[in-house]
Amino acid sequence: MSKNVFVFCEQRDGEIQKVALELIGKARELAGALGQEVVAVLPGHQIEGKAQMLISYGADEVVVADDPMLAEYSTEPYAQVMDKVIKTMDPEVFLYGASSIGRDLAPRVSARVHTGLTADCTGLEIDDVTKGGQTYPKQLKMTRPAFGGNIMATIVCVDHRPQMATVRPGVMQALEKDESRTGKVTKLEISLSNNVKILETVKATHKAADITEAKILVSGGRGLGSAGKFESLKELAGALGGDVSASRACVDAGWIEKDRQVGQTGKTVRPQLYVACGISGAIQHVAGMEGSDFIIAINKNDSAPIFDVADLGVVGDVNAIVPKLTDAINKYKAEKNAQ
Amino acid sequence: MKIIVCMKQVPDTTEVRLDPVTNTLIRDGVPSIINPDDKCGIEAALQIKEKVPGTTVTVVSMGLPSVDIALREALAMGCDGAILLTDRKLGGADTWATSSSIAGAIKKLDYDLIICGRQAIDGDTAQVGPQIAEHLGIPQVSYVEEIAEVTDKKLVVKRQYEDRYQMIEVEMPCLITTLAELNDPRYMSVGGCFEAYQKEIRVMGYADIADVVDESNIGLKGSPTNVVKSMTKEAKGKGEILKDLTPDEAVKAIVDKLAAKYII
Repeated sequence: MSKNVFVFCEQRDGEIQKVALELIGKARELAGALGQEVVAVLPGHQIEGKAQMLISYGADEVVVADDPMLAEYSTEPYAQVMDKVIKTMDPEVFLYGASSIGRDLAPRVSARVHTGLTADCTGLEIDDVTKGGQTYPKQLKMTRPAFGGNIMATIVCVDHRPQMATVRPGVMQALEKDESRTGKVTKLEISLSNNVKILETVKATHKAADITEAKILVSGGRGLGSAGKFESLKELAGALGGDVSASRACVDAGWIEKDRQVGQTGKTVRPQLYVACGISGAIQHVAGMEGSDFIIAINKNDSAPIFDVADLGVVGDVNAIVPKLTDAINKYKAEKNAQ
Repeated sequence: MKIIVCMKQVPDTTEVRLDPVTNTLIRDGVPSIINPDDKCGIEAALQIKEKVPGTTVTVVSMGLPSVDIALREALAMGCDGAILLTDRKLGGADTWATSSSIAGAIKKLDYDLIICGRQAIDGDTAQVGPQIAEHLGIPQVSYVEEIAEVTDKKLVVKRQYEDRYQMIEVEMPCLITTLAELNDPRYMSVGGCFEAYQKEIRVMGYADIADVVDESNIGLKGSPTNVVKSMTKEAKGKGEILKDLTPDEAVKAIVDKLAAKYII
């Protein structure tokens, strides 16, 4: 009888990735609904010291797989760990972060253990499911956007275990850290092999921008007209205390780095304020930013679809408005501080 | 060297708009295209063919008979052969059953290297490539942004992560999934277009793979996952739209709003 909600905990250079903590938070909720426990699976090398942290964030048990071959990510040894965990511990649910690691590992594992996998889920809940006239109690309902974010599909996996899903970073919320929580740490005994050779690993020299962390984003689109116009967006972002992001068109045109791209093939963001400057609002873009608390759109085309999701839409020339807006905000803040 | 490129015909989702009244997708008249990441996979294969004498490139696609046109486009770009896997029995498949069917077709072919696009723009799952590799029991490297070295035995590729890259050496046979950053796909050549209609597309059905793929592993019935509900997203209530303002008036309106919301 399969049981418990398992989370693949991704580490890089020995640091637990935030998405793992977010998934443990969600797993707690699912495990509560099932009356089961949360098990974190942590592959790495000399990583056991991080197990308590996973417990503090909500895991009941941490399964540590320690091997030099697991120090950095590689598909086959990681898949062997997951395969062994699944075959020996029979999980009910298994969650993975939808990072470039989770999206490589989870499908390989799903094919190996013959179970379903649902990518990039934005909603997970436990509920009864009726399929073909039969009721299946307490199944994992996985909801994900499809068709560039236009359709929301709810997907189930009633006949195979574990029920597996990937979730993008930033979609779920981690619980408050509670150092007083206790849990069990077990070690997985396994001998591993690899089928590729990692010749070299090179970390990005510039610290990758993490636009998913920003409270305020000023985002540019094709309507800016040129790479140089991002300077004025940076100034506006500076005045607002935020960061700069962009639509895919700008990234493809080479105006700005890929790690600042918002949307289906970029990042999902949900800042308090999102200012869309010269962005038309293709559904792929909207899918990545519509969860923002307050959206301002500036675009000269009054039928641009971005206005359908904007809380405040301004029809006008973005390159004329943005510099004036920066000045006005700086002036407003200076006056406010002077009071 | 024998290269197989897996490709999918997809609706051009950048052309998809919502009906403002019903909030449903307007699918009529949306053109079908070769999935962009897959097109880069085709280009990568053709570039290897130019460098390594004796290389052949075969494209494989699973779908409706109308996928024929997309396969002809791949032939016109310069691929040597095309295989269409099409059968009602294969319909309704999730990524697991799709990958098991395509892997079945590939088992019928000779190959050294399989190239898949990282993900398709209609589903965005990125699952079928790694799943094919597992069904075939061969190594995979996904998120490939550069093919640095090709010999007749192995590849060296640059594998992208969010914060780093790895140079990975992998022996063939193997499968890689390609990113759009890899290259700019070529256009069809005039001669290629002409030849594309001279070449024959090999059509395979379930009967052709039945000895290597069990019927319980294909189509809707062979799919571990099922869609139980599908809905168009609720339209968010439209906000305030300001038109015909001077830049200064627009700026004032925005600043007032930001101040009212205590953002500044």
